[in-house]
Amino acid sequence: MAQNTTDMNNQNTGNPVLSVRNVSMNFGGLRALSEVDLEVRPGEVVALIGPNGAGKTTFFNCITGIYTPTDGEVTAYPKTGKRKRANGVRINGMRTNLVCELGMARTFQNIRLFPSMTALENVMIGRHCRTKSGILGAVLRPAATRREEQEVVDNSYELLTKVGLEKLANEYSRNLPYGAQRRLEIARALATEPFLLLLDEPAAGMNPQETEELKQMVIRIREEFKVSVLLIEHDMKMVMSLSDRIYVMEYGRIISTGTPKEVSEDPQVIRAYLGEDDDA
Amino acid sequence: MKDTLMRYVVKLVRQALVASIWLSFLTLPIMVIRVDTIEQTVTWRWMHLAYMAVGSFVLALAWYAMMDRRDRGQAKKDLETVERVSALSQFLSDPRFAKPLMAFGFLVAAAFPWFFSLYQTNILVSAMIYVVLGLGLNITVGLAGLLDLGYVAFYAVGAYTYALLNHHFHLGFWAVLPLGAVLGAFFGILLGFPVLRLRGDYLAIVTLGFGQIIRLVLENWGDFSYGPSGISNIDRPGLFGINYSVEQATTYIYYIMLALVILTIFVTARLKDSRIGRAWLALREDEIACQAMGIDNTRAKLMAFALGATLAGLMGVVFAAKTTFINPASFTFMESAMILAIVVLGGMGSVLGVILGAFMLMLLPEYLRAFSEYRMLIFGATMVLIMVFRPEGLVRAKRKVYKINVEAAG
Repeated sequence: MAQNTTDMNNQNTGNPVLSVRNVSMNFGGLRALSEVDLEVRPGEVVALIGPNGAGKTTFFNCITGIYTPTDGEVTAYPKTGKRKRANGVRINGMRTNLVCELGMARTFQNIRLFPSMTALENVMIGRHCRTKSGILGAVLRPAATRREEQEVVDNSYELLTKVGLEKLANEYSRNLPYGAQRRLEIARALATEPFLLLLDEPAAGMNPQETEELKQMVIRIREEFKVSVLLIEHDMKMVMSLSDRIYVMEYGRIISTGTPKEVSEDPQVIRAYLGEDDDA
Repeated sequence: MKDTLMRYVVKLVRQALVASIWLSFLTLPIMVIRVDTIEQTVTWRWMHLAYMAVGSFVLALAWYAMMDRRDRGQAKKDLETVERVSALSQFLSDPRFAKPLMAFGFLVAAAFPWFFSLYQTNILVSAMIYVVLGLGLNITVGLAGLLDLGYVAFYAVGAYTYALLNHHFHLGFWAVLPLGAVLGAFFGILLGFPVLRLRGDYLAIVTLGFGQIIRLVLENWGDFSYGPSGISNIDRPGLFGINYSVEQATTYIYYIMLALVILTIFVTARLKDSRIGRAWLALREDEIACQAMGIDNTRAKLMAFALGATLAGLMGVVFAAKTTFINPASFTFMESAMILAIVVLGGMGSVLGVILGAFMLMLLPEYLRAFSEYRMLIFGATMVLIMVFRPEGLVRAKRKVYKINVEAAG
């Protein structure tokens, strides 16, 4: 365990896995993001917080290819894969599926599972970009395809065990309880073998106990899969105890950044959350 | 218990009574009053009112009872989280019964032309063509969720490919069959590219337009397609240069179709349970999540369009060879709608459902000919009834149950 921690520290000093420089996003005349800078280093849990409508989800959409930022640079530094390059891969405007293939997998604020597929199949979809059997393989089913298919099933089941859903493997995902759906989304994202996990409000709608379990799970996943995590979250208790660093966003700008302690003492952050103090 | 039953019956009877009184009142002028303008008399046929009232009361009672049963069944199903498997589907999925059943079905199909008339065989060939068309459209609509209302265009492409090549270059059936498939796929991709960004209603409208364009081109470009008069004297499939009668030709085409149907079932069933089939399902369920999970939407969509169109092109060639005459009137929107109805009534995504749907929709109007003018009425009523009582189609698409290697997963 101690070894592990030093590893993590060493990694922290290295290159970032995701670096966002000066990113702006305009929707017509509306400036949703304005010159955002953000960095995620290997093995880190970074949280992005801010009041509703601050632009957090827009930011997520910008770095996962759903939107193309109007301005600025989003660069990823994948550890492996054919797209690995020393100076990183520029991903603004890249197709969403290629961003995922690169190793940045996300979950959604309003859960987006495939409702009439089973939990296991949902995770198996995540394996899609890491497997390659085509039409001919599907029809003729040679040994290689059969092996690949069985590996997909086994890997997916293993991931379900990791998030504690193995008993619900053959259940339609629409029938799962809310908390389980959230965890299933994380398992599905993990199936794509990401180096960076992007969680959009994973604890939304969860009770305190579920939130605590989720927190433990994120910590476990980070250790086990050696992933970095960037999360958007409103639950302050979870954010403060889980993240290594926090970025605070308001009106599309980053207004503060630092460790949880630094951020929570920042007067600008307090003002953003609690409003201006009239007596001052 | 007895009390609730009583109340339930009273409720039903009251509903049916209201419906019957209302309907009797509505039909009063046409059913009861008869005005004779020559004799200047008015006859009141009160017996008709009684017939109407009794008839509508009985029908309404049956209707409400069935609706009620359905609603209660639905409510029960909503409460259950575990999917209920009906006894029939359990029976069908048990390999001990399924294998002999399939073998039996195959034997019946293989022996069919020897025991039944030319007429019956011909009908069955048509039905089988629609089985393959239905399975092809099932890939696009049922699996990938891309509503294609112009599917018949690819069917026309296949048919005209054979007709024109045969007419001008005397190319045989077997040479054109793969060519028809390839051209079908080509047109599938041609349609697929511009509609990649569209979904739902918009996709339906564009594909509808595409189907019309192909038909209009065939109708109006006389130099190329011989216009509405069509192309006749198309060769039947060749059999090592042997000459044979019309009856033998039908039997021959029957066996060709049987082989193609089996091939199609095999291919679509395997595709459905493959990595690509899963990607299609994900695409149908949630396009954004699907792409965010690393599936190339463009590829998956084009593949679905192309594969569906391939089968339609293939069937077009068979159709031209079977009828020996084609014209644009065979490829109207009505055909597209029919094939779509096969997929939807049969059960979207279910291979067995689509097969049953095709047989039902093709054979029912044929065998209802005895009822002459009422046949389309009965046909329509059947379709409405299926949609009301089995909204997911005759056979619900079943998800594959995966075998998990616990040791490997442990």
